[in-house]
Amino acid sequence: MLTPLVLEKWSGVISTVTLGVEKDKSRSMVEIGGQSTLPLLFKEGAIPHKPKIAFEIWDIPPVDFDAELISSYGQAMQDPLAWADICVNEYKAELLCLRMQGTHPDFGNKGPQEAAKFVSNLLNKVKVPLIIIGSGDDAKDNLIMPACSQAAQGQRCLIGCATADNYKTLVASVLADGHNIIAESPIDINIAKQLNILISDMGLSLERIVINPTIGALGYGLEYAYSIMERARLAALAGDKTLASPFICFVGQEAWRTKEAKVNPQQGIIWETVTASSLIQSGADLLVMRHPQAIASVGSYIETLFKG
Amino acid sequence: MLIIGELINGMYANIAAAIKEHDKKIVQACALEQIACGADALDICCGPASRDPLKDMPWLVEIIQEVTDKPLCLDSSRPQVIQEGLKVAKNTTIINSTTADLEKLEILIPLALKYKSKLIGITINAQGIPANSDQRLELAATIVTRASEMGFSISDLYLDPIVMPVNVAQAQIKDILTVIAEFKMLAQPSPKTIVGLSNISQGAKSRSLINRTFLTMAVASGLDSAILDPKDNELMDTLITAELILNKHIYCDSYLDAYRKE
Repeated sequence: MLTPLVLEKWSGVISTVTLGVEKDKSRSMVEIGGQSTLPLLFKEGAIPHKPKIAFEIWDIPPVDFDAELISSYGQAMQDPLAWADICVNEYKAELLCLRMQGTHPDFGNKGPQEAAKFVSNLLNKVKVPLIIIGSGDDAKDNLIMPACSQAAQGQRCLIGCATADNYKTLVASVLADGHNIIAESPIDINIAKQLNILISDMGLSLERIVINPTIGALGYGLEYAYSIMERARLAALAGDKTLASPFICFVGQEAWRTKEAKVNPQQGIIWETVTASSLIQSGADLLVMRHPQAIASVGSYIETLFKG
Repeated sequence: MLIIGELINGMYANIAAAIKEHDKKIVQACALEQIACGADALDICCGPASRDPLKDMPWLVEIIQEVTDKPLCLDSSRPQVIQEGLKVAKNTTIINSTTADLEKLEILIPLALKYKSKLIGITINAQGIPANSDQRLELAATIVTRASEMGFSISDLYLDPIVMPVNVAQAQIKDILTVIAEFKMLAQPSPKTIVGLSNISQGAKSRSLINRTFLTMAVASGLDSAILDPKDNELMDTLITAELILNKHIYCDSYLDAYRKE
């Protein structure tokens, strides 16, 4: 006798977050989230959107990027706009994740006007939706991110990263300019939940939040990120709206700083690919990646998984 | 935990007056207020003041449905009154309640089936209130057996052990807590469990404190649902915290707000 499959039925659903705007036909749009089941359990509920990959670019030529990464983009990397252009036109990037590294006090210390100008130029150059994140220096981010947000007003970008200690300025800008926000917590589900509540208390709806759970690469805490993401997803699917946000995972930066990537560039590509593929299993909706070859492999892996 | 708000009851003077005057605003406000405080469902009882519960029950159902789609718990000892409510109900319904008497079960289980309603079964019968947990279990088993013979889904059945006031039957309360866990083992899938919370403190002085202490203990015993006053803020906070400690919600500093956002 055949044993029937026991299928779980969930009451919750992950919010759908839209990047880009419908009415602007010259630009593309991307949707993430919307699942009513755990990752890849197609029989148990809807999975309306595949995980998406964003190419990570900077507003300045990269500093301490691995030689392998630099060679894959060539000379173009010296000009961030040309770098963006290659990602979109040569590698067919659906999304770009712009890190405003050049605004960091140690990496050029660009001011808000210059930062905003770069965002405007980038929006003119490429027509894919943008994720824009600060350099990680809280004081500086609070100065330049409002300018970047305003430069992209109405484009419904994804802007980050809000943290429990520094979220108010960013939330206010995102609200004013009609974007979505990244809420970052240090591999800690309690803080992830708390931050989502703090953000929504300021009037930005829970449906416009994407959680950055903070991940580690393979061998560097990947399994901790996995279990936090799984636990958040289980709670969300059981009805906890405060955790029902899609996940963004910064894979490239984590994979390329491992010693395995540093000793052998081929290994770096493998590290980035395996880290990203594993995170898809734990529910990642957006993967921010660096190496075109790793991105191509993960892209085709996603296609295979979603063939059904 | 399914929280059923108890305040729409003709026992209370404001609701009794509203029923008498057919003043729907008062009832609707009471419904919305309970929901805002965290009620998942609303108990509706015409109470002793109603001269014509056969008409008052459907009136209450209809006016409450105008303002909410939350489940309605139709509360009467008379099956005809419940049926009049079921006839006009569009929201999910819970019949409150049947006893373990066969003649009651033969009427109310078919009604629940006909109107796709959930059903509360209280463990009393014509002989009265059971004196110990064995008798409670026996009556619960009678209800479960009859329901399952008639094809009623046991996971839609809520068993009520009948909570006694602590100042009347102090010796029984521990038994009642034990039996909540035992009810769950009567069938697979398990029946649900429910209590009418305010009974525990009937006639006592520190009512709210007794209510929330008992509720915490009952939740720890596996209670699925309670009919209570959701406007008792300390009671609700205690309930949310008890569930948090049992790992039913994920902790965060604002967990009380988080629960209410859900």
